[in-house]
Amino acid sequence: MCLAIPGKVLSVEGEGYARFGQVDFAGVRKRVSLSCLPKATVGQYVMVHAGMAITVVDEAEALSVFEYLREAEAEGESPA
Amino acid sequence: MADQSFSLACPIPIAEYPEVQMAHGGGGRLMRALIEKMFMAAFRNPFLEARHDGAVFPSPGKTLATTTDAFVVRPLFFPGGNIGTLAVHGTVNDLAMCGARPVYLTAAFVLEEGLPMETLWRVAAAMGEAAREAGVAIVSGDTKVVERGKGDGVYIATAGVGVVEHRLDIAPRAVRPGDAVILSGDIGRHGMAVLGARESLGFESSIESDCAPLWPAVDSLLRAGLEVHCLRDLTRGGLATAAAEIAADAGVAIRVAERTIPVREDVGGACELLGLDPLYVANEGRFVAFVPRSQAARALEVLRGVPVSAGAVEIGAVAPAPQGMAVLESAIGSERVLDLLSGEQLPRIC
Amino acid sequence: MKYLDEYRDAETARRYARLIAKRVTRPWTVMEVCGGQTHSILRHGIDRLLPAGVTLVHGPGCPVCVTPVALIDRAVELARRPGVIFCSFGDMLRVPGTKGDLFSARAAGGDVRVVYAPLDAVTLAQRHPDREVVFFAVGFETTAPANAVAVARAAELGLRNFSLLVAQVLVPPAVEAILASPGNRVQGLLAPGHVIAVTGIEPYETLSARWKVPIVVTGFEPLDILQGAAMVLRQLEEGRAQVENPYARAVRTGGNPDALALIARVFEVVPRAWRGIGEIPRSGLGLGPAFRAFDAETKFGLAGAGAAEDAACMAGSVLRGLTKPTDCPAFGSRCTPDHPLGAPMVSAEGSCAGYWRYRRPAAEAAA
Repeated sequence: MCLAIPGKVLSVEGEGYARFGQVDFAGVRKRVSLSCLPKATVGQYVMVHAGMAITVVDEAEALSVFEYLREAEAEGESPA
Repeated sequence: MADQSFSLACPIPIAEYPEVQMAHGGGGRLMRALIEKMFMAAFRNPFLEARHDGAVFPSPGKTLATTTDAFVVRPLFFPGGNIGTLAVHGTVNDLAMCGARPVYLTAAFVLEEGLPMETLWRVAAAMGEAAREAGVAIVSGDTKVVERGKGDGVYIATAGVGVVEHRLDIAPRAVRPGDAVILSGDIGRHGMAVLGARESLGFESSIESDCAPLWPAVDSLLRAGLEVHCLRDLTRGGLATAAAEIAADAGVAIRVAERTIPVREDVGGACELLGLDPLYVANEGRFVAFVPRSQAARALEVLRGVPVSAGAVEIGAVAPAPQGMAVLESAIGSERVLDLLSGEQLPRIC
Repeated sequence: MKYLDEYRDAETARRYARLIAKRVTRPWTVMEVCGGQTHSILRHGIDRLLPAGVTLVHGPGCPVCVTPVALIDRAVELARRPGVIFCSFGDMLRVPGTKGDLFSARAAGGDVRVVYAPLDAVTLAQRHPDREVVFFAVGFETTAPANAVAVARAAELGLRNFSLLVAQVLVPPAVEAILASPGNRVQGLLAPGHVIAVTGIEPYETLSARWKVPIVVTGFEPLDILQGAAMVLRQLEEGRAQVENPYARAVRTGGNPDALALIARVFEVVPRAWRGIGEIPRSGLGLGPAFRAFDAETKFGLAGAGAAEDAACMAGSVLRGLTKPTDCPAFGSRCTPDHPLGAPMVSAEGSCAGYWRYRRPAAEAAA
């Protein structure tokens, strides 16, 4: 389960269960429910699963997978 | 002929018959009017003018190729094309894959009672245009009407005749270990254009079908004197299916590298959205060519000079083993088998 | 695609492989819980980048695989009813019940439609007031918010012709069942990142503490999975059993409170039968009393005993990670994607289908 992909919020409309956003996925645009992200705003990236945005991408964490690797490699190289 | 210009207006008086009736397939006056005003007007050639049961023509060459196809696409109209353009291009491309210059087409229409006449005109007009663009004439046809609910609006079945003007044996059996595998352009446009136009899977994008005639590209290879071993247009089942089938039929291994296979960004985005693998998505204006390794560079140069194959790239090679299998080297370097799918690829959430 | 393609970088993947090889000194058995993770591992060949001593077991994280045969039969029955528009995610269409699958229901004249989102089924209900629209609500917690908002929206719109055939399941009870089963060999978990993006980490802290297993919240792209593996293996080597979350770009510690509130408003926790595992208490979601009118089983009076699975299908054992698909006697012979015996071969995410589709050239040639 859980094919969720990141897309950029282009616009927001409506409220509550009818809160929707136009979300862009590399040039493909889809109307997505934002009912579970009441604070998501235009310009943010959200993870979308089955037409529902379930979380906002924390862009500050986007590079952590590369940082972890660099630190781990550095650790391995330094003498004990 | 009275009217030489191509008119976009439906020639059947809409007020009288806004929709196709059973009688339009009944062989009587209504059917004759439909054929005259709709098909003959759209296809326009002396063969149809003869108004006979079949088309008689001198053989266009010593060696001929023929093919047959049926078209049932839903929705009938999608970005970049419709069932009519598909019917023409699909047929001429099958001939082109034999290395045959397409010359004549026939077309049989199975129409559903209630199909708007306007829709039929748009399809017929598009077919006429596509035929002219491809340099073929639609020389004979048939029309039947089935009851409302028994068809999807329009089904089209075609046959095509082409001329083979080279001496090569272009077929899977001619594929040799060492051959280069060349892909004529980026993949996945047609399938995603059609899916994007479907009601409940729909999305907005600029993706258009790549539906186009391939003969100019094949012709360029043949004129350049290249030793083409095999050609295959990528239709349903995509690049992966074509590779798997040829590998099996030729008894060789076909190894392709994922990182060399071009997928347009938005096509990739649409595939990710629906959980589809672009390697298995349908195309209608792309083919793979197998040529000897020593001719690969020249083949690319030639293909890139033709608009329909301007994006040609080399994606892999033929090897002796593992025999009968198509193998993909993934972007991160591991290998997997490209298998035939059991059925169509379905969008997934999982 | 931004925040996706970067995590498929080949060179970084190779560096992770080297890092992992350095860390591992003993054999370990690790389970990745989610079918989407299985798909990614097999598609990108990530298991081939791991040292030989690391065994990756594919967990029950595929709602298609775990949906019991009885529910498939009910889906097929509903789909065949005149007047019903039966909507489903694409994944479910080929899962065999005892009387065929949804494809065959369509062939028999049923109006079966693939939708991308549950809300699309609500739109269909609005457009066809004369028809009954039923949505096959499968999924784990990731899908629960989408299923919930569909019901909430339908209620808000006052629709009477919309209902859900509910097959929602929860991950932690299934993981617990696996860790608790005798003969369990799973020592560490790559936990499903998108499920946890909704639920938050807490249920997994409970699991980790109770069963003393390291759990790493893992994403779905190759680098995410490799990082998850690197971290869980390090914990195993160091004898630790904690929950770590390297997938912080998508997962907050507390999950998504708005999504959890929506789920709680619409659903309640119920027992669920899992294909191949049996009934697990408090392992699923059903519509709560306020929304029972939208429950298809109640509305259409569907009930009945569970049907039996094909005896040869080892789904249960495979789903618990006790058997590899390739160890099943029916694999590749009686059971292939063309004629599947059970859900793990049907679903693109299923362990068995994954092994089949992504099988290795060397293994194939030797066969």
